[in-house]
Amino acid sequence: MRAVFRKEFRSYFTSPIGFIVLAFIYFFGSFSFFAYNMTYGYTSLQYVFQSLYSILLLLVLPILTMRLFSDERRQKTDQALFTAPTSLTSIVMGKFFAALLLYGIGIGITLLYAVIIAFKASPDWLVVSGNFLGLLLLGGMIIAIGLLVSCLTESQFIAVIGTFGISLALLLIDSLSSLFRSVTWLLPVVNFLSVSQRYAGFTTGLVRYNDVIFFLSMTAMFLFLAVRVLDRKRWN
Amino acid sequence: MIDVQNLTKNYGTHCAVDHISFHVNEGEILGFLGPNGAGKSTTMNMLTGYLSSTDGAVKIGGYDILEEPNAAKANIGYLPEQPPLYMDMTVREYLDFMYELKKCTLPRAQHIAEICKIMKIDHVYGRLIKNLSKGYRQRVGMAQALIGNPPVLILDEPTVGLDPSQIVEIRALIKALGKKHTVILSSHILPEVEAVCDRLVIISNGRIVADDTADNLIRNYSSDRRLMLRVAGPAFEVEKLIHGIEGVKSVHPLTSHESGTTDFAIELKEGADIRYALFNKLAENKFPLLSSRSMERSLEDIFMTLTTENFSAKKRGDR
Repeated sequence: MRAVFRKEFRSYFTSPIGFIVLAFIYFFGSFSFFAYNMTYGYTSLQYVFQSLYSILLLLVLPILTMRLFSDERRQKTDQALFTAPTSLTSIVMGKFFAALLLYGIGIGITLLYAVIIAFKASPDWLVVSGNFLGLLLLGGMIIAIGLLVSCLTESQFIAVIGTFGISLALLLIDSLSSLFRSVTWLLPVVNFLSVSQRYAGFTTGLVRYNDVIFFLSMTAMFLFLAVRVLDRKRWN
Repeated sequence: MIDVQNLTKNYGTHCAVDHISFHVNEGEILGFLGPNGAGKSTTMNMLTGYLSSTDGAVKIGGYDILEEPNAAKANIGYLPEQPPLYMDMTVREYLDFMYELKKCTLPRAQHIAEICKIMKIDHVYGRLIKNLSKGYRQRVGMAQALIGNPPVLILDEPTVGLDPSQIVEIRALIKALGKKHTVILSSHILPEVEAVCDRLVIISNGRIVADDTADNLIRNYSSDRRLMLRVAGPAFEVEKLIHGIEGVKSVHPLTSHESGTTDFAIELKEGADIRYALFNKLAENKFPLLSSRSMERSLEDIFMTLTTENFSAKKRGDR
């Protein structure tokens, strides 16, 4: 797992992708920070987190995950990976954690903002850490989705679009419940799957175990599916 | 070292590899031959665990590739048809990565330096792989297969894309590696296989059509063995003389380009060796034997016969 992790993390910086993703996060994060916190003097970082949540997750994460497996397959380097004495699971985990680390470094900038605010005022650390944890968990889940989609296709373009579509559907699933009010059995399902409702708790600094477990288990499920997809490709 | 039993691969309804079985002993170099699309690469991908088999079993060093994949894969160095190279890496980074991926425990710097020296890639060590020529990429791919000193090497068309002098080098290298490793080498270049391999497996339409040494193949499939002679002397008398030798099926005098001599094409009965008797008889009668060569069928001929559609169809009928 370590070998794949290191290779994958390094490859973010031998290609422009790592730099572009970080620049994107830092630009939009800092834009909100500058506008709301520096100019208007808010001590709350909620606008920073909000802009990261809306822009970053859907635009940046699919780019981060698009080449994880599709590129390996296209360049036939997967033959080296899958014939090495390493399990599929550890290859998938290595790639997942590499993407997660880059993403973590990206959203880690918010902690820097909080420290800057702490020089002049006292930021609400619970809200900051709740938001950060929420972003990390949600991002992890979307990275797992992106990883699964990139296992399914050789085309990076399709991987981006597919990841974007699935993530968007999960984030917008709430609106279904208002559309299908008459279908009563659908409501609990939609509420259970509602990513934005679960995420809302984190933004107020409220960390509920069931939400944490929901995100972790969704992530694990998508990673498990990715392993199954890769294994299945060998069988047909 | 490598044991393949009834290996089968179906892609949907298409049967790419059909119940093939063979065995490779330790320290043997096996040539895996076949026309394009015969199932060579599919078989190799199954041997290395990249693809799973529909049926049958592969054992590498006693470990089943599907039951104990990690133990089996640790024994294999694999060079696929297209070397699995990361274009954005330098040769150094790539070999380092493969070293870690294979969980190699040999002293890293020394081991990698040794391989680079063998493959003659030490002077491109710091360059990006995408900037290397095809020949060098092939060598880096081969270097990757050697990392960890695996007892089994599986090389899918290792000399494709190399220039003639490199081809000679790589062949010599494979031959040298064959002393310590068990090697399976696929190719459709017959002289290469003949020069390098101890044994050949010829595959056609997913089936094994021959499994033997090159010499045996030539002997077995040259049942209509012929000798070409040039003898100084009157054609009629010499013909009669040769006809009297045991083991001769028929004698055909041909015209010769040298005056006072005649060429003869002699067909021999199966397994007959008339060379001693022939020489003695001609010497007794003072007819000088100027040249003699046996017209064995070449490996190319045999390969063509074995892999053409008719032959496969006939085989299929036998099953």
